[in-house]
Amino acid sequence: MTAMPVVEATIPTKVSVRDLDFYYGSSKALKSISLPLYTHKVTAFIGPSGCGKSTLLRILNRMYDLYPKQRAEGEVLLDGENILDPHIDLNLLRSRVGMVFQKPTPFPMSIYDNIAFGIRLYEKLSRSELDGRVEAALRGAALWDEVRDKLNSSGLGLSGGQQQRLCIARTVAIQPEVILFDEPCSALDPISTAKIEELIDEMSERYTIAIVTHNMQQAARVSDFTAFMYLGDLVEFGETNNLFTAPQNKKTQDYITGRFG
Amino acid sequence: MSLYTSRRRTNVIATTLCWTGTVFGLAWLVLILGALIYEGARGLSPAVFTEMTPPPGATGGLLNAIAGSLVMTTIGVLLGTPLGMLAGTYMAEYGRYSKLSTVVRFINDILLSAPSIVVGLFVYTVVVAQVGHFSGIAGALALGVLVVPVVVRTTEDMLLLVPLPLREAATALGLPRSHMLMRVAYRAAKSGIVTGVLLAIARVSGETAPLLFTSLNNQFWSTDLNAPVSSLPVVIFQFALSPYKDWQQLAWTGALLVTIAVLLLSITARALSSQGKNK
Repeated sequence: MTAMPVVEATIPTKVSVRDLDFYYGSSKALKSISLPLYTHKVTAFIGPSGCGKSTLLRILNRMYDLYPKQRAEGEVLLDGENILDPHIDLNLLRSRVGMVFQKPTPFPMSIYDNIAFGIRLYEKLSRSELDGRVEAALRGAALWDEVRDKLNSSGLGLSGGQQQRLCIARTVAIQPEVILFDEPCSALDPISTAKIEELIDEMSERYTIAIVTHNMQQAARVSDFTAFMYLGDLVEFGETNNLFTAPQNKKTQDYITGRFG
Repeated sequence: MSLYTSRRRTNVIATTLCWTGTVFGLAWLVLILGALIYEGARGLSPAVFTEMTPPPGATGGLLNAIAGSLVMTTIGVLLGTPLGMLAGTYMAEYGRYSKLSTVVRFINDILLSAPSIVVGLFVYTVVVAQVGHFSGIAGALALGVLVVPVVVRTTEDMLLLVPLPLREAATALGLPRSHMLMRVAYRAAKSGIVTGVLLAIARVSGETAPLLFTSLNNQFWSTDLNAPVSSLPVVIFQFALSPYKDWQQLAWTGALLVTIAVLLLSITARALSSQGKNK
C-alpha cells in the first residue's frame, strides 16, 4: 500500500497523503496510508468502525494535536506544503481546512454571532460587509430562509438539522479551501440528511471535500472518489462508480455487499 | 415467610428510618431558624442600619459592622476570584494532562476543607504580626484566601463540563486556544462559574474565626482599612458572649441579617445554575 494510487492524472491534487502512520500512544491506528484528495472533488472514507477513517480525517486539520500521546508520521501535503511539519501555523491551517462534526456544535451565542465570530477572527469588516458575509454563508448552507427573521436568537434553539447547517455555514464563512465532514448526518433525520447531501454536492464546486460516513449509500450518492479502509489499512481507493460496481479487492466487495462490518 | 413479605417488611423499615432521619435533621434546622427569626426580628429597627455598635447599656445599631463586612467581603472576593479562576483555568485547559494539575488539585482540596481558623492564623503570622497591628486589609486577605479554593474548584469543574466537541469545533475554525477559552468555553461555563463565586461569597460572609485574628473589631465607624475594622460575625461573637441584654439582642439581629444575606445568595446561585441547565 505504499504506492500512491493514481486514478485520474489529469485532475489536480489538493491534498496528498503519503506513507502516513498514526499512533494513539503505542497502538498503531493507521498503517502507511497514501491517497490523494482531488481539487473540487468529494472523497468519501468508508469502512467498519475502528478502521481509522475518522483518525485520517482528523489528521488533515491536525485536530489530534489537542491531545497528548497522539502522533502522526509521514507526509500530508496541502498544495505541496507538509502540514505535519511542527513549525506550521496551526490556526492558519485550520482556517484553510474547515471541519464539520458528527454532532451539531453551535456555539452558545446568537445565530448571527455563530457565523460572524469566525469571520471577525480573520478580517476587519464594516457592519454592512459583515452582514453581507453572514447572509452569504447562511445562503450557502441553505439556511437563510429559515433563520433570516431570528438572527439574534440563540443558535441552540434550532433543530438538529438546522444546527448542522449552521455549523456548515460557520465553516464556509471563513472561506476555507478544504472541508472535512466527520459523519455529518449520523445524528440527523432523513430529510435533513438529504438537504445536507445536496449541499455537499453544491459545495464541491468551490471546495475540496472529504467525508467520513458509515452509510454506503451516502458515500455512493455524494462522493466522486471513495477510499475503503480496514483495520488501519487503505484497502482500496478509486472512483466511486468503479469502486462500488467493480471493486478490485475481495474485502471491499464483502463490505459493500454487507457481508461484514 | 414468603420472599415477598420479607421484602415488604425491609422496605417499610428502610422507609421509616429514612423518614425519621429526615425529620430529626430538619426539626433542628427549623428550631434554629425559628429561634433566629423570633429573636432576631424583635430587634429589627431602622437604628440597626443607621447607628454604630453601642457601649453596654446604650442604644445603637450595627452600621459599622455591616459596612465592614461588606467592604472586607468585597475586597476578599475581588482578590480571590481572579486568582481562583486563573488557577482553575490552568487545570482544566492548559494543564489538563499535566502532573502539576493533579498536585494543585490535591492541595486545593485540602485548602477547601481546611478549618478557617487556620487561614486566620496564617494571615495573622504573615501580615498582622509583621505590620504590628490588626487591620481591615488583613481581614480581607484572610477572606480572599478562603474564596480561592472554592473558585478554583468550580472553575475547573465547569470548564471540564464544556463538551469536547464544542472545543474541537472552535479549534477547527482556527481559533487560538485563548480565543476558544474566552469566547466559547467561558461562555458555556459562565452560569456555573458565577454560581461558584456566589457560593464562595456566601461561605466567607459568615466566617468569624479568620477575622478574629486579622481585622479584630472596631466599635466606631472606620473606613481606614489599615486599622481594625468591625464585621458582623465578630460583633455577633462578641455581643452574644456578653452578659448585656441589649448586646445579646443586637447579636441575634446581626445573625438574622447574615442568614438572610446567605439565603439570598444561595437562592440566586440556584436560580442561575438551573437557568444554565435549561439552555
